Amino acid sequence: MTIEACFRHGYPGFTLDVDLSLPERGVTALFGHSGAGKTTLLRLIAGLEQAANGKLTVNGEVWQNNSDVLPPHRRSLGYVFQEASLFSHLSVRDNLVYGMKRVPVRLRRVALERAIELLGIAGFLQRMPDSLSGGERQRVAIARALVTSPRLLLMDEPLAALDLARKTEILPYLERLFEELEMPVLYVSHSPDEVARLADYLVVMDAGRAVATGALSETLARLDLPIRLGEDVGVVLQGSVAEKDQQWHLARIRCSDGDFWVRDAGHPIGHGVRVRILARDISIALHRTDDSSIVNILPVEVVEVADDTHPAQVLVKLRLATSCLLARVTRRSAASLNLIPGRRVFAQIKAVALIA
Amino acid sequence: MPSADLHAVWLTLKLASCTTLILLLVGTPLAWWLARTHSWWKSPVAAVVALPIVLPPTVIGFYLLLLLGPEGVVGQFTAWAGIGLLPFTFWGLVVASVFYSMPFVVQPIQNAFEAIGARPLEVAATLRASPLDAFFTVALPLARPGFLTAIVLGFAHTVGEFGIVLMIGGNIPGVTRVISVQIYDHVEALEYVQAHWLAGGMLTFSFLVLLALYLLNQAKQRP
Repeated sequence: MTIEACFRHGYPGFTLDVDLSLPERGVTALFGHSGAGKTTLLRLIAGLEQAANGKLTVNGEVWQNNSDVLPPHRRSLGYVFQEASLFSHLSVRDNLVYGMKRVPVRLRRVALERAIELLGIAGFLQRMPDSLSGGERQRVAIARALVTSPRLLLMDEPLAALDLARKTEILPYLERLFEELEMPVLYVSHSPDEVARLADYLVVMDAGRAVATGALSETLARLDLPIRLGEDVGVVLQGSVAEKDQQWHLARIRCSDGDFWVRDAGHPIGHGVRVRILARDISIALHRTDDSSIVNILPVEVVEVADDTHPAQVLVKLRLATSCLLARVTRRSAASLNLIPGRRVFAQIKAVALIA
Repeated sequence: MPSADLHAVWLTLKLASCTTLILLLVGTPLAWWLARTHSWWKSPVAAVVALPIVLPPTVIGFYLLLLLGPEGVVGQFTAWAGIGLLPFTFWGLVVASVFYSMPFVVQPIQNAFEAIGARPLEVAATLRASPLDAFFTVALPLARPGFLTAIVLGFAHTVGEFGIVLMIGGNIPGVTRVISVQIYDHVEALEYVQAHWLAGGMLTFSFLVLLALYLLNQAKQRP
């Protein structure tokens, strides 16, 4: 735990009040509805806004101790805004090196060529920002932040201003980036899809407070999550490609607690992947049946049953060996199957989405 | 062209150049402050800057004359500092012109700074640029069209002064007799040919300057 952020500050409409310890590695998603205070928190961490009551330490370096505030330009951070915000008077290349040349040579760990290659922007270095598409601009903005070799990369909904096609274009770059660069990332998002794909650690924010924090799969499997995800309730599991079935175009994904057959997405055997299983795609049976179309059936134990958004439905938390699944079933089924904690049942998984 | 007229042209250009240069140095920080501050003082200061647009030049000239004169605060200071009294000197004219042309320089720069917004400067800060660094490498280049407008308007407006020149500078050949005053003298003396040369020149100059400005702005708006 090397990022310690503690802020308390009143704003019109809400009070931000957080005390967080965040991991030094990986992607931490700040997740919540708009107006939950995610962007405000990110701006406080960057020093773009001031809170009189605040303490912030990044890797042992004190960035704020109440009124003792390090100005933003002296913090080793990268910030990617929602809109790319490239300098319109500078070419793509000059935008890229603007921050880099202000960092002492000995502190430069991310080479310019590396960032250009990671984000696939070699083709338009000489162009002016106005001539780029939204997705291209955002890739340049990300590379521009990277080459300052920050100790902390802050991203404020970097995909929110883009349409679906542009998002799909950028996401693979982000995944590769986070995988290859050992740089902690704080990623603000209100999209469960992005969080499921990118985050390792999750901070759920609501009304200016951090209402849940923890590793992604554990936190997503919490039934008391105060944020209603609706149709997006579900868990994310880590695994790797273990086997390929050429005849049926399926791939077997091995997770720590079991195997899943998914559509073969072309990843080589051994490739690390993530699978996302939504609660609405799991049904529960008391016996293993072979006469259904469902491919993935796993033995599980009922941990807990909780109310769902609609009174007709409940969410059932199911334990595999170490991780958990969530299933959405009707309250009537839960009663007729007698789903009580400790009961051993079978989770029939209709769909497993391979997300990375 | 008679040498008196040439003198007047030269003097006018010198006056307008000095005034514009001083206004850029003084007006840029002032415009920056006006564009970025949330202070209560913003509106009063903006109103003072805009006064020359609405006031007759004689009003400003009158008060400047009192202020810079031997009984005025500034006048006593300049006398004490060994500079002497400013009224009826070239530098007195410059001081008066700086006040009189101030809004024409400050307002376009202020508008340009406001149009840039806070975002590019925040971006610069996250890219390790100190506020001063960001001002010179981001704010100034992005505000360039505003500066162009400010320079053109400030220069042209100073060239076009008459009332305040008479009040502060009088009509001293080679020292304070600028083109507009020279034209007045010619007309008074019924020297219409000479008046035509200068007046026509001013007309052409002003038209060309404004035309160039509008053409530039138009070209800028096209995608």
